[in-house]
Amino acid sequence: MDQEQHYSYPRLYFYRRIVQAKLFIDQHYTENIELYGMADEAHYSRFHFIRKFKEVYQRTPHQYLIFVRIENAMKLLSSGMSVAAVCEAVGFEELSSFSRLFKRRVGINPSVYLSRQQALLKQKSESPLTLVPHCFAYQYGWVKKEQFQTNEQ
Amino acid sequence: MITRLTHMNIYVLDQDSALDFYTNKLGLKVIIDAPMNKDARWLTVGTAGQPGFEINLTLVHESLLHSRDTADVLRELIKKGTFGVGIFTCTDIMATYEELKSKGVEFIKPPTKEFYGTEALFKDDSGNWFSLAQLTPVNV
Repeated sequence: MDQEQHYSYPRLYFYRRIVQAKLFIDQHYTENIELYGMADEAHYSRFHFIRKFKEVYQRTPHQYLIFVRIENAMKLLSSGMSVAAVCEAVGFEELSSFSRLFKRRVGINPSVYLSRQQALLKQKSESPLTLVPHCFAYQYGWVKKEQFQTNEQ
Repeated sequence: MITRLTHMNIYVLDQDSALDFYTNKLGLKVIIDAPMNKDARWLTVGTAGQPGFEINLTLVHESLLHSRDTADVLRELIKKGTFGVGIFTCTDIMATYEELKSKGVEFIKPPTKEFYGTEALFKDDSGNWFSLAQLTPVNV
């Protein structure tokens, strides 16, 4: 059964425009995006555009942009990049607003998050098996049976 | 008393390709990506809304778990689309369907109204298939 049987063309058009706006933010979050140019382009009023975007993604376009920037900041911090470099790389102009918004979303400061991720990176390179439940590690042949039994005792 | 499911396996044919599919197409997050040997790594991903639950993207390979013959058979079965692995839920199925389709995800059933909600079916890059569902509130 084709989707068009359930959704009229205007409704499909609406979904496609909202999804395009979301994907635009996903791809250009590092830039200084003019969020509401997307509304003009789709021939929606700003109010209508924000309301519809929020209906689909539970966040306004601006809130979604901040969400994407923080999610990507977490990824970059996990790779070991410095807080100041990450702040710039994900499109924030001020370190103070980046730190505040990061803490609001993640619950800890970016510097604390970075040090935890650095410890995890070290663990991953020096003793990766400590990250794997040994029942799996044994079955895949990554630890010997004796090690498996020792760790289970 | 069992309280939670924390890990589940999805057997995949190629971990690099699976990583790209599950993160860049489905939008899941990497939880752990640690190399174990030259052939395989411990690779887990999860959804933003379900912390503590990890999907192990497990490479099908010869191990204590599978003989070479079993691994070969398993690869063939996965490629044929034998395994339905699970259900991903979303808040707006039409938006999610449009987004995944625009990223090249192969759907084998478009969003269709069912008695429990609206559901589509898609395949991962190995051949495993999933339901994508927006459940009616009574089922959530």
